[in-house]
Amino acid sequence: MTEKLTTINVSKIRQDFPILKRQVNGKPLIYFDNAATSQKPSVVIETLDNYYREINANIHRGIHKLAEEATLAHEEAREKVAKFINANRTEEIIFVRNATEAINLVAYSWGRANIAAGDKIVLSIMEHHSNIVPWQLLAQEKNAKIEFIKIDREGFLVQDEIREMIDDKTKLVCVAHASNVLGTINPVSEIAKIAHKHGALVLVDAAQSVPHMRVNAKEMDCDFMAFSGHKMLGPTGIGVLYGKSRHLENMPPFLGGGEMIREVHTTGATWKELPYKYEAGTPNIAGAIGLGTAVDYLRKIGMENVHEYEKEITSYALNKMSQVDGLVMYGSPDVKQRVGVVSFNLGDIHAHDLASIMDEEGVAIRSGHHCAQPLMEFLNIPATARASFYIYNTKEEVDVFINVLEKARKLFSP
Amino acid sequence: MSSDIYKDIILDYYRNPRNFGDLPNPDVRAKDSNPLCGDIIEMQLKINDGKVEDVRFKGKGCAISQASASMLTEVVKGKSLDEVKAMRKADVLNLLGIDPGPTRIKCALLGLKVMKLGVYAYLGQAITEEVKQLV
Repeated sequence: MTEKLTTINVSKIRQDFPILKRQVNGKPLIYFDNAATSQKPSVVIETLDNYYREINANIHRGIHKLAEEATLAHEEAREKVAKFINANRTEEIIFVRNATEAINLVAYSWGRANIAAGDKIVLSIMEHHSNIVPWQLLAQEKNAKIEFIKIDREGFLVQDEIREMIDDKTKLVCVAHASNVLGTINPVSEIAKIAHKHGALVLVDAAQSVPHMRVNAKEMDCDFMAFSGHKMLGPTGIGVLYGKSRHLENMPPFLGGGEMIREVHTTGATWKELPYKYEAGTPNIAGAIGLGTAVDYLRKIGMENVHEYEKEITSYALNKMSQVDGLVMYGSPDVKQRVGVVSFNLGDIHAHDLASIMDEEGVAIRSGHHCAQPLMEFLNIPATARASFYIYNTKEEVDVFINVLEKARKLFSP
Repeated sequence: MSSDIYKDIILDYYRNPRNFGDLPNPDVRAKDSNPLCGDIIEMQLKINDGKVEDVRFKGKGCAISQASASMLTEVVKGKSLDEVKAMRKADVLNLLGIDPGPTRIKCALLGLKVMKLGVYAYLGQAITEEVKQLV
Protein backbone atom coordinates (compact mmCIF):
# COMPACT_ATOMS: atom_id res chain seq x y z
CA MET A 1 0.00 0.00 0.00
CA THR A 2 1.34 3.43 -0.84
CA GLU A 3 1.50 5.86 2.03
CA LYS A 4 -0.23 9.08 1.21
CA LEU A 5 0.66 12.27 3.00
CA THR A 6 -2.25 13.40 5.06
CA THR A 7 -2.93 17.06 5.56
CA ILE A 8 -4.77 16.21 8.75
CA ASN A 9 -3.01 16.24 12.10
CA VAL A 10 -4.92 13.45 13.79
CA SER A 11 -3.19 13.59 17.15
CA LYS A 12 -4.01 17.29 17.36
CA ILE A 13 -7.61 16.63 16.34
CA ARG A 14 -7.91 13.92 19.00
CA GLN A 15 -7.01 16.51 21.65
CA ASP A 16 -10.18 18.37 20.68
CA PHE A 17 -12.47 15.45 21.64
CA PRO A 18 -12.58 15.02 25.42
CA ILE A 19 -14.49 11.71 25.27
CA LEU A 20 -11.56 10.04 23.51
CA LYS A 21 -9.64 10.22 26.79
CA ARG A 22 -12.05 7.91 28.58
CA GLN A 23 -11.66 4.21 29.12
CA VAL A 24 -14.20 1.49 28.45
CA ASN A 25 -13.88 -1.78 30.35
CA GLY A 26 -10.40 -0.73 31.37
CA LYS A 27 -9.27 -0.15 27.78
CA PRO A 28 -8.90 3.11 25.84
CA LEU A 29 -12.13 3.88 23.97
CA ILE A 30 -11.96 3.13 20.25
CA TYR A 31 -15.03 4.73 18.78
CA PHE A 32 -16.01 3.13 15.45
CA ASP A 33 -19.74 3.90 15.60
CA ASN A 34 -19.61 7.22 13.80
CA ALA A 35 -22.35 6.37 11.30
CA ALA A 36 -24.73 6.23 14.28
CA THR A 37 -23.50 9.45 15.86
CA SER A 38 -20.19 11.28 15.98
CA GLN A 39 -18.37 12.50 19.06
CA LYS A 40 -18.24 16.24 19.82
CA PRO A 41 -15.23 18.52 19.94
CA SER A 42 -14.76 20.81 22.97
CA VAL A 43 -15.64 23.89 20.90
CA VAL A 44 -19.15 22.50 20.26
CA ILE A 45 -19.65 21.51 23.91
CA GLU A 46 -18.42 24.97 24.98
CA THR A 47 -20.77 26.67 22.51
CA LEU A 48 -23.76 24.97 24.14
CA ASP A 49 -22.46 25.80 27.59
CA ASN A 50 -21.78 29.41 26.64
CA TYR A 51 -25.19 29.82 25.02
CA TYR A 52 -26.97 28.84 28.23
CA ARG A 53 -24.57 30.79 30.45
CA GLU A 54 -24.41 34.00 28.45
CA ILE A 55 -27.13 34.57 25.86
CA ASN A 56 -30.07 32.22 26.51
CA ALA A 57 -33.30 33.89 25.30
CA ASN A 58 -36.18 33.09 23.02
CA ILE A 59 -35.52 34.26 19.51
CA HIS A 60 -37.19 36.43 16.88
CA ARG A 61 -39.76 38.50 18.79
CA GLY A 62 -37.78 39.81 21.73
CA ILE A 63 -36.70 43.43 21.95
CA HIS A 64 -34.15 42.99 24.72
CA LYS A 65 -30.42 42.45 24.31
CA LEU A 66 -30.32 38.71 24.99
CA ALA A 67 -33.11 38.03 22.48
CA GLU A 68 -31.21 40.03 19.90
CA GLU A 69 -27.95 38.15 20.49
CA ALA A 70 -29.63 34.75 20.52
CA THR A 71 -31.51 35.54 17.30
CA LEU A 72 -28.32 36.72 15.63
CA ALA A 73 -26.39 33.62 16.67
CA HIS A 74 -29.22 31.32 15.52
CA GLU A 75 -29.46 33.00 12.10
CA GLU A 76 -25.69 33.10 11.74
CA ALA A 77 -25.71 29.30 12.20
CA ARG A 78 -28.22 29.05 9.35
CA GLU A 79 -25.89 31.05 7.09
CA LYS A 80 -22.96 28.80 8.00
CA VAL A 81 -24.96 25.69 7.09
CA ALA A 82 -26.17 27.28 3.82
CA LYS A 83 -22.58 28.05 2.78
CA PHE A 84 -21.37 24.64 3.92
CA ILE A 85 -23.64 22.79 1.47
CA ASN A 86 -23.67 25.63 -1.08
CA ALA A 87 -27.39 26.37 -1.00
CA ASN A 88 -28.59 29.13 -3.32
CA ARG A 89 -30.15 31.08 -0.50
CA THR A 90 -29.88 31.03 3.30
CA GLU A 91 -33.66 30.72 3.69
CA GLU A 92 -33.48 27.34 1.93
CA ILE A 93 -32.11 25.94 5.20
CA ILE A 94 -34.89 24.77 7.52
CA PHE A 95 -33.85 23.71 11.01
CA VAL A 96 -35.52 20.50 12.19
CA ARG A 97 -34.67 17.84 14.77
CA ASN A 98 -32.83 15.42 12.48
CA ALA A 99 -32.77 13.93 8.99
CA THR A 100 -35.83 11.82 9.83
CA GLU A 101 -37.90 14.89 10.66
CA ALA A 102 -36.64 16.64 7.51
CA ILE A 103 -37.86 13.74 5.35
CA ASN A 104 -41.18 13.60 7.20
CA LEU A 105 -41.63 17.32 6.64
CA VAL A 106 -41.36 16.81 2.89
CA ALA A 107 -43.65 13.76 3.00
CA TYR A 108 -46.35 15.65 4.91
CA SER A 109 -46.13 19.08 3.32
CA TRP A 110 -45.01 18.48 -0.25
CA GLY A 111 -46.22 14.89 -0.47
CA ARG A 112 -49.77 15.44 0.69
CA ALA A 113 -50.19 18.36 -1.74
CA ASN A 114 -48.50 16.75 -4.75
CA ILE A 115 -48.92 12.97 -4.67
CA ALA A 116 -52.12 11.50 -6.10
CA ALA A 117 -53.52 8.03 -6.73
CA GLY A 118 -51.43 6.10 -9.26
CA ASP A 119 -48.36 8.30 -8.85
CA LYS A 120 -45.03 6.60 -8.34
CA ILE A 121 -42.34 7.21 -5.73
CA VAL A 122 -38.98 5.60 -6.51
CA LEU A 123 -36.66 4.64 -3.64
CA SER A 124 -33.50 2.56 -3.49
CA ILE A 125 -33.26 -0.77 -1.69
CA MET A 126 -30.40 0.56 0.45
CA GLU A 127 -32.47 3.30 2.10
CA HIS A 128 -32.56 3.80 5.86
CA HIS A 129 -36.03 3.25 7.35
CA SER A 130 -36.29 7.03 7.71
CA ASN A 131 -36.33 7.32 3.91
CA ILE A 132 -38.82 4.45 3.46
CA VAL A 133 -41.50 4.61 6.14
CA PRO A 134 -42.64 8.24 5.56
CA TRP A 135 -43.15 7.35 1.88
CA GLN A 136 -45.03 4.15 2.72
CA LEU A 137 -47.38 6.15 4.96
CA LEU A 138 -47.91 8.70 2.18
CA ALA A 139 -48.38 6.06 -0.53
CA GLN A 140 -50.92 4.22 1.63
CA GLU A 141 -52.92 7.37 2.21
CA LYS A 142 -52.83 8.49 -1.43
CA ASN A 143 -52.94 5.10 -3.09
CA ALA A 144 -49.60 5.80 -4.72
CA LYS A 145 -47.00 3.22 -5.74
CA ILE A 146 -43.48 2.67 -4.42
CA GLU A 147 -40.72 0.98 -6.39
CA PHE A 148 -37.22 0.10 -5.23
CA ILE A 149 -34.06 0.37 -7.33
CA LYS A 150 -31.95 -2.69 -6.53
CA ILE A 151 -28.19 -3.02 -6.15
CA ASP A 152 -25.52 -5.15 -7.77
CA ARG A 153 -23.01 -7.41 -6.01
CA GLU A 154 -20.70 -4.54 -5.14
CA GLY A 155 -23.51 -2.49 -3.66
CA PHE A 156 -24.01 -0.07 -6.54
CA LEU A 157 -27.47 0.91 -7.77
CA VAL A 158 -28.35 -0.97 -10.96
CA GLN A 159 -28.06 1.65 -13.70
CA ASP A 160 -30.69 0.06 -15.96
CA GLU A 161 -33.19 0.10 -13.13
CA ILE A 162 -32.57 3.79 -12.48
CA ARG A 163 -33.35 4.54 -16.12
CA GLU A 164 -36.32 2.19 -16.38
CA MET A 165 -38.01 2.79 -13.05
CA ILE A 166 -37.97 6.58 -13.19
CA ASP A 167 -40.71 7.34 -15.72
CA ASP A 168 -43.43 9.90 -16.40
CA LYS A 169 -45.59 8.48 -13.61
CA THR A 170 -42.77 9.14 -11.13
CA LYS A 171 -43.32 12.21 -8.98
CA LEU A 172 -40.47 11.76 -6.54
CA VAL A 173 -37.16 9.91 -6.28
CA CYS A 174 -35.67 9.46 -2.79
CA VAL A 175 -32.16 8.19 -2.46
CA ALA A 176 -29.33 8.16 0.05
CA HIS A 177 -26.22 10.07 -0.98
CA ALA A 178 -24.17 7.51 0.95
CA SER A 179 -25.45 4.22 2.37
CA ASN A 180 -25.32 3.74 6.14
CA VAL A 181 -24.72 0.01 5.62
CA LEU A 182 -22.70 -0.40 2.42
CA GLY A 183 -20.99 2.97 2.39
CA THR A 184 -21.81 3.26 -1.33
CA ILE A 185 -21.80 6.81 -2.69
CA ASN A 186 -24.73 7.04 -5.09
CA PRO A 187 -24.70 9.07 -8.32
CA VAL A 188 -27.26 11.56 -7.05
CA SER A 189 -26.68 14.29 -9.63
CA GLU A 190 -27.19 11.82 -12.49
CA ILE A 191 -30.32 10.55 -10.77
CA ALA A 192 -31.51 14.16 -10.43
CA LYS A 193 -30.98 14.73 -14.17
CA ILE A 194 -33.01 11.66 -15.06
CA ALA A 195 -35.76 12.49 -12.57
CA HIS A 196 -36.05 16.09 -13.74
CA LYS A 197 -36.36 14.94 -17.36
CA HIS A 198 -39.51 13.11 -16.27
CA GLY A 199 -40.77 16.01 -14.18
CA ALA A 200 -40.04 14.24 -10.89
CA LEU A 201 -38.37 15.80 -7.86
CA VAL A 202 -35.41 14.33 -5.98
CA LEU A 203 -34.89 14.07 -2.24
CA VAL A 204 -31.39 13.16 -1.09
CA ASP A 205 -30.76 11.65 2.34
CA ALA A 206 -27.34 13.13 2.98
CA ALA A 207 -27.02 12.04 6.62
CA GLN A 208 -23.97 9.87 5.83
CA SER A 209 -22.33 12.19 3.29
CA VAL A 210 -22.49 15.78 4.59
CA PRO A 211 -20.35 14.91 7.67
CA HIS A 212 -17.64 13.25 5.57
CA MET A 213 -17.26 14.95 2.18
CA ARG A 214 -17.90 18.17 0.32
CA VAL A 215 -21.58 18.23 -0.60
CA ASN A 216 -22.77 20.86 -3.04
CA ALA A 217 -26.55 21.16 -3.16
CA LYS A 218 -26.49 23.52 -6.14
CA GLU A 219 -24.27 21.26 -8.26
CA MET A 220 -26.14 18.15 -7.19
CA ASP A 221 -29.37 19.89 -8.24
CA CYS A 222 -31.48 17.95 -5.77
CA ASP A 223 -34.83 19.43 -4.78
CA PHE A 224 -34.60 18.46 -1.12
CA MET A 225 -31.75 17.30 1.08
CA ALA A 226 -31.89 16.00 4.64
CA PHE A 227 -29.12 15.58 7.21
CA SER A 228 -28.53 15.45 10.96
CA GLY A 229 -26.27 17.64 13.08
CA HIS A 230 -25.27 14.93 15.52
CA LYS A 231 -23.49 12.85 12.87
CA MET A 232 -21.27 15.83 11.92
CA LEU A 233 -19.79 16.74 15.33
CA GLY A 234 -22.86 18.79 16.28
CA PRO A 235 -25.37 18.29 19.10
CA THR A 236 -28.30 15.86 18.98
CA GLY A 237 -31.75 17.27 18.30
CA ILE A 238 -30.74 19.55 15.44
CA GLY A 239 -31.03 18.63 11.79
CA VAL A 240 -31.43 20.30 8.45
CA LEU A 241 -33.84 20.25 5.57
CA TYR A 242 -32.52 21.97 2.48
CA GLY A 243 -35.13 22.66 -0.17
CA LYS A 244 -35.16 24.71 -3.36
CA SER A 245 -37.00 27.91 -2.43
CA ARG A 246 -39.53 27.54 -5.24
CA HIS A 247 -40.74 24.27 -3.73
CA LEU A 248 -40.63 25.50 -0.14
CA GLU A 249 -42.61 28.61 -1.08
CA ASN A 250 -45.40 26.62 -2.69
CA MET A 251 -45.78 23.89 -0.07
CA PRO A 252 -48.25 24.13 2.81
CA PRO A 253 -46.69 24.42 6.30
CA PHE A 254 -45.66 21.34 8.30
CA LEU A 255 -46.33 22.08 11.98
CA GLY A 256 -48.62 24.95 12.91
CA GLY A 257 -48.09 27.21 15.89
CA GLY A 258 -46.04 30.12 17.10
CA GLU A 259 -43.04 31.51 15.18
CA MET A 260 -44.38 30.33 11.81
CA ILE A 261 -47.31 32.75 11.38
CA ARG A 262 -47.61 36.25 10.02
CA GLU A 263 -51.13 36.90 11.34
CA VAL A 264 -53.66 34.75 13.16
CA HIS A 265 -57.37 35.59 13.29
CA THR A 266 -60.36 33.59 14.45
CA THR A 267 -61.09 32.96 10.77
CA GLY A 268 -57.62 31.68 9.82
CA ALA A 269 -53.94 32.51 9.56
CA THR A 270 -51.22 33.51 7.12
CA TRP A 271 -47.67 32.20 7.14
CA LYS A 272 -44.33 33.81 7.61
CA GLU A 273 -41.81 33.87 4.79
CA LEU A 274 -39.10 31.19 4.42
CA PRO A 275 -37.58 29.60 6.38
CA TYR A 276 -39.78 30.45 9.41
CA LYS A 277 -42.94 29.06 7.79
CA TYR A 278 -41.57 25.58 8.58
CA GLU A 279 -40.21 26.32 12.04
CA ALA A 280 -43.18 26.33 14.40
CA GLY A 281 -42.60 26.71 18.12
CA THR A 282 -39.43 27.59 19.99
CA PRO A 283 -36.67 25.84 18.06
CA ASN A 284 -33.54 24.09 19.34
CA ILE A 285 -31.64 27.38 19.54
CA ALA A 286 -28.58 26.04 21.37
CA GLY A 287 -28.49 23.05 19.01
CA ALA A 288 -28.53 25.22 15.88
CA ILE A 289 -25.75 27.44 17.21
CA GLY A 290 -23.78 24.33 18.22
CA LEU A 291 -24.21 22.95 14.72
CA GLY A 292 -22.85 26.24 13.38
CA THR A 293 -19.73 25.72 15.49
CA ALA A 294 -19.40 22.12 14.22
CA VAL A 295 -19.58 23.46 10.65
CA ASP A 296 -16.85 26.00 11.45
CA TYR A 297 -14.71 23.20 12.88
CA LEU A 298 -15.15 21.01 9.79
CA ARG A 299 -14.52 23.91 7.41
CA LYS A 300 -11.31 24.73 9.20
CA ILE A 301 -10.05 21.20 8.57
CA GLY A 302 -11.49 21.28 5.07
CA MET A 303 -13.99 18.74 3.78
CA GLU A 304 -11.59 17.60 1.03
CA ASN A 305 -9.07 16.76 3.77
CA VAL A 306 -11.71 15.01 5.86
CA HIS A 307 -12.72 12.89 2.87
CA GLU A 308 -9.13 12.17 1.86
CA TYR A 309 -8.19 11.07 5.38
CA GLU A 310 -11.24 8.85 5.71
CA LYS A 311 -10.47 7.20 2.36
CA GLU A 312 -6.99 6.48 3.67
CA ILE A 313 -8.19 4.91 6.90
CA THR A 314 -11.01 3.02 5.17
CA SER A 315 -8.60 1.63 2.62
CA TYR A 316 -6.27 0.57 5.45
CA ALA A 317 -9.16 -1.12 7.27
CA LEU A 318 -10.55 -2.86 4.16
CA ASN A 319 -7.12 -4.22 3.36
CA LYS A 320 -6.53 -5.56 6.89
CA MET A 321 -10.04 -6.93 7.19
CA SER A 322 -9.76 -8.82 3.91
CA GLN A 323 -6.89 -10.78 5.50
CA VAL A 324 -9.04 -12.03 8.39
CA ASP A 325 -10.09 -15.64 7.82
CA GLY A 326 -13.81 -16.04 7.21
CA LEU A 327 -14.58 -12.33 7.16
CA VAL A 328 -17.22 -11.21 4.64
CA MET A 329 -17.62 -7.52 3.77
CA TYR A 330 -20.57 -5.88 2.08
CA GLY A 331 -20.11 -3.06 -0.41
CA SER A 332 -17.47 -1.98 -2.86
CA PRO A 333 -13.73 -2.46 -2.24
CA ASP A 334 -13.12 0.82 -4.11
CA VAL A 335 -12.71 3.58 -1.50
CA LYS A 336 -13.27 6.25 -4.16
CA GLN A 337 -16.87 5.13 -4.44
CA ARG A 338 -17.73 4.72 -0.77
CA VAL A 339 -17.55 6.44 2.60
CA GLY A 340 -15.93 5.02 5.72
CA VAL A 341 -18.78 2.74 6.72
CA VAL A 342 -17.81 -0.94 6.65
CA SER A 343 -20.39 -3.68 7.27
CA PHE A 344 -19.19 -7.22 7.74
CA ASN A 345 -19.79 -10.64 9.21
CA LEU A 346 -17.18 -13.01 10.60
CA GLY A 347 -17.82 -16.69 9.93
CA ASP A 348 -21.06 -17.69 11.59
CA ILE A 349 -20.51 -15.47 14.62
CA HIS A 350 -23.62 -13.39 15.21
CA ALA A 351 -23.03 -9.64 14.84
CA HIS A 352 -24.21 -9.05 18.41
CA ASP A 353 -21.65 -11.49 19.76
CA LEU A 354 -18.95 -9.67 17.79
CA ALA A 355 -20.11 -6.32 19.15
CA SER A 356 -20.02 -7.68 22.72
CA ILE A 357 -16.49 -9.02 22.32
CA MET A 358 -15.42 -5.68 20.79
CA ASP A 359 -17.02 -3.84 23.71
CA GLU A 360 -15.05 -5.92 26.22
CA GLU A 361 -11.94 -4.51 24.54
CA GLY A 362 -13.20 -0.92 24.50
CA VAL A 363 -14.09 -0.96 20.79
CA ALA A 364 -17.51 0.51 19.97
CA ILE A 365 -19.04 -0.92 16.80
CA ARG A 366 -22.69 -1.33 15.83
CA SER A 367 -24.50 -4.56 15.06
CA GLY A 368 -27.94 -5.41 13.77
CA HIS A 369 -30.01 -4.37 10.79
CA HIS A 370 -28.91 -0.70 10.92
CA CYS A 371 -32.48 0.48 10.27
CA ALA A 372 -32.24 -0.97 6.76
CA GLN A 373 -34.31 -4.15 6.94
CA PRO A 374 -35.26 -4.15 3.22
CA LEU A 375 -31.53 -4.13 2.38
CA MET A 376 -30.84 -6.95 4.89
CA GLU A 377 -33.65 -8.95 3.31
CA PHE A 378 -32.25 -8.27 -0.15
CA LEU A 379 -28.77 -9.40 0.97
CA ASN A 380 -30.43 -12.35 2.74
CA ILE A 381 -28.63 -11.76 6.03
CA PRO A 382 -30.22 -11.21 9.47
CA ALA A 383 -27.65 -8.68 10.62
CA THR A 384 -24.18 -7.29 10.11
CA ALA A 385 -21.52 -5.78 12.32
CA ARG A 386 -20.49 -2.29 11.25
CA ALA A 387 -17.41 -0.18 11.84
CA SER A 388 -17.56 3.45 10.75
CA PHE A 389 -14.75 5.97 10.89
CA TYR A 390 -14.23 9.69 11.38
CA ILE A 391 -11.38 12.18 11.45
CA TYR A 392 -10.26 11.26 14.96
CA ASN A 393 -9.79 7.54 14.24
CA THR A 394 -6.31 6.16 13.62
CA LYS A 395 -4.65 3.23 11.90
CA GLU A 396 -3.44 2.07 15.32
CA GLU A 397 -7.08 1.83 16.37
CA VAL A 398 -7.81 -0.23 13.25
CA ASP A 399 -4.96 -2.55 14.28
CA VAL A 400 -6.56 -3.10 17.70
CA PHE A 401 -9.92 -3.73 16.00
CA ILE A 402 -8.29 -6.34 13.75
CA ASN A 403 -6.70 -8.02 16.77
CA VAL A 404 -10.09 -8.27 18.46
CA LEU A 405 -11.57 -9.75 15.26
CA GLU A 406 -8.86 -12.42 15.39
CA LYS A 407 -9.60 -12.99 19.06
CA ALA A 408 -13.32 -13.43 18.31
CA ARG A 409 -12.54 -15.86 15.51
CA LYS A 410 -10.37 -17.99 17.80
CA LEU A 411 -12.85 -17.80 20.68
CA PHE A 412 -15.67 -19.05 18.49
CA SER A 413 -13.76 -21.59 16.43
CA PRO A 414 -14.75 -25.13 17.37
CA MET B 1 -8.12 -16.11 24.77
CA SER B 2 -10.50 -15.22 27.53
CA SER B 3 -13.70 -13.29 27.56
CA ASP B 4 -15.88 -12.19 30.46
CA ILE B 5 -19.16 -12.82 28.69
CA TYR B 6 -18.25 -15.77 26.52
CA LYS B 7 -17.28 -18.24 29.20
CA ASP B 8 -16.33 -21.72 28.02
CA ILE B 9 -19.66 -23.13 29.14
CA ILE B 10 -21.66 -20.70 26.97
CA LEU B 11 -19.48 -21.35 23.95
CA ASP B 12 -19.74 -25.09 24.57
CA TYR B 13 -23.56 -24.98 24.58
CA TYR B 14 -23.48 -22.73 21.50
CA ARG B 15 -21.21 -25.08 19.55
CA ASN B 16 -22.79 -28.31 20.81
CA PRO B 17 -26.35 -27.43 21.68
CA ARG B 18 -28.08 -30.02 23.90
CA ASN B 19 -31.64 -31.04 22.98
CA PHE B 20 -31.38 -29.41 19.56
CA GLY B 21 -33.80 -30.57 16.86
CA ASP B 22 -37.33 -31.95 16.62
CA LEU B 23 -39.47 -34.15 18.86
CA PRO B 24 -41.41 -36.96 17.12
CA ASN B 25 -44.86 -35.93 18.34
CA PRO B 26 -44.68 -32.79 20.42
CA ASP B 27 -47.76 -31.78 22.41
CA VAL B 28 -47.01 -28.15 21.79
CA ARG B 29 -44.69 -25.99 19.72
CA ALA B 30 -43.91 -22.34 20.32
CA LYS B 31 -41.73 -19.92 18.41
CA ASP B 32 -40.70 -16.31 18.82
CA SER B 33 -37.99 -13.93 17.72
CA ASN B 34 -36.15 -10.94 19.06
CA PRO B 35 -36.78 -8.27 16.44
CA LEU B 36 -33.73 -6.30 17.51
CA CYS B 37 -31.24 -9.09 16.74
CA GLY B 38 -33.22 -11.44 14.55
CA ASP B 39 -32.64 -14.25 17.08
CA ILE B 40 -35.20 -17.03 16.57
CA ILE B 41 -36.08 -19.84 19.02
CA GLU B 42 -38.59 -22.65 18.63
CA MET B 43 -39.43 -24.96 21.55
CA GLN B 44 -41.17 -28.32 21.24
CA LEU B 45 -42.57 -29.94 24.39
CA LYS B 46 -43.83 -33.38 25.26
CA ILE B 47 -46.05 -33.08 28.31
CA ASN B 48 -47.20 -35.95 30.54
CA ASP B 49 -49.12 -35.79 33.79
CA GLY B 50 -48.60 -32.04 34.12
CA LYS B 51 -44.84 -32.39 33.72
CA VAL B 52 -42.35 -31.68 30.93
CA GLU B 53 -41.46 -35.18 29.76
CA ASP B 54 -39.23 -34.16 26.88
CA VAL B 55 -38.17 -30.99 25.09
CA ARG B 56 -36.24 -29.94 22.00
CA PHE B 57 -35.33 -26.52 20.66
CA LYS B 58 -34.37 -25.14 17.29
CA GLY B 59 -33.12 -21.71 16.48
CA LYS B 60 -30.76 -19.24 14.91
CA GLY B 61 -29.02 -16.33 16.47
CA CYS B 62 -26.29 -15.17 18.79
CA ALA B 63 -24.38 -17.39 21.20
CA ILE B 64 -26.16 -15.97 24.26
CA SER B 65 -29.63 -16.72 22.90
CA GLN B 66 -28.84 -20.21 21.64
CA ALA B 67 -26.79 -21.30 24.66
CA SER B 68 -29.35 -20.07 27.18
CA ALA B 69 -32.19 -21.82 25.31
CA SER B 70 -30.23 -25.05 25.25
CA MET B 71 -29.35 -24.85 28.96
CA LEU B 72 -32.98 -24.20 29.73
CA THR B 73 -34.15 -27.35 27.93
CA GLU B 74 -31.95 -29.40 30.26
CA VAL B 75 -33.32 -27.97 33.49
CA VAL B 76 -37.02 -28.02 32.59
CA LYS B 77 -37.09 -31.74 31.89
CA GLY B 78 -39.14 -33.35 34.68
CA LYS B 79 -40.37 -30.00 36.00
CA SER B 80 -44.10 -29.41 36.49
CA LEU B 81 -45.76 -26.82 34.26
CA ASP B 82 -46.31 -24.64 37.33
CA GLU B 83 -42.60 -24.78 38.07
CA VAL B 84 -41.79 -23.70 34.51
CA LYS B 85 -44.29 -20.85 34.80
CA ALA B 86 -42.55 -19.73 37.98
CA MET B 87 -39.10 -19.49 36.37
CA ARG B 88 -37.70 -15.97 36.16
CA LYS B 89 -34.81 -13.96 34.73
CA ALA B 90 -32.61 -14.84 37.72
CA ASP B 91 -32.92 -18.56 36.94
CA VAL B 92 -31.60 -18.00 33.42
CA LEU B 93 -28.74 -15.81 34.65
CA ASN B 94 -27.84 -18.56 37.14
CA LEU B 95 -27.64 -21.05 34.30
CA LEU B 96 -25.46 -18.75 32.20
CA GLY B 97 -23.23 -17.86 35.12
CA ILE B 98 -23.02 -14.25 33.94
CA ASP B 99 -25.19 -11.18 33.67
CA PRO B 100 -24.89 -10.23 30.00
CA GLY B 101 -25.85 -6.61 30.76
CA PRO B 102 -28.83 -4.51 29.70
CA THR B 103 -28.07 -4.59 25.97
CA ARG B 104 -27.92 -8.38 25.75
CA ILE B 105 -30.38 -9.50 28.40
CA LYS B 106 -33.16 -9.98 25.84
CA CYS B 107 -30.98 -12.46 23.95
CA ALA B 108 -30.60 -14.46 27.18
CA LEU B 109 -34.32 -14.43 27.98
CA LEU B 110 -35.74 -15.38 24.56
CA GLY B 111 -35.56 -19.12 25.31
CA LEU B 112 -37.45 -18.72 28.60
CA LYS B 113 -40.09 -16.62 26.89
CA VAL B 114 -40.67 -19.21 24.16
CA MET B 115 -40.71 -22.03 26.74
CA LYS B 116 -43.40 -20.20 28.69
CA LEU B 117 -45.35 -19.40 25.51
CA GLY B 118 -45.46 -23.14 24.88
CA VAL B 119 -46.67 -23.94 28.41
CA TYR B 120 -49.37 -21.28 28.34
CA ALA B 121 -50.51 -22.43 24.88
CA TYR B 122 -50.70 -26.04 26.10
CA LEU B 123 -52.76 -24.99 29.10
CA GLY B 124 -54.96 -22.78 26.93
CA GLN B 125 -54.23 -19.85 29.21
CA ALA B 126 -53.75 -16.20 28.26
CA ILE B 127 -50.15 -15.05 28.15
CA THR B 128 -49.29 -12.92 31.16
CA GLU B 129 -47.64 -9.50 31.12
CA GLU B 130 -44.61 -11.07 32.82
CA VAL B 131 -44.06 -13.33 29.79
CA LYS B 132 -44.67 -10.57 27.25
CA GLN B 133 -42.10 -8.36 28.93
CA LEU B 134 -39.32 -10.95 28.96
CA VAL B 135 -38.19 -9.98 25.46
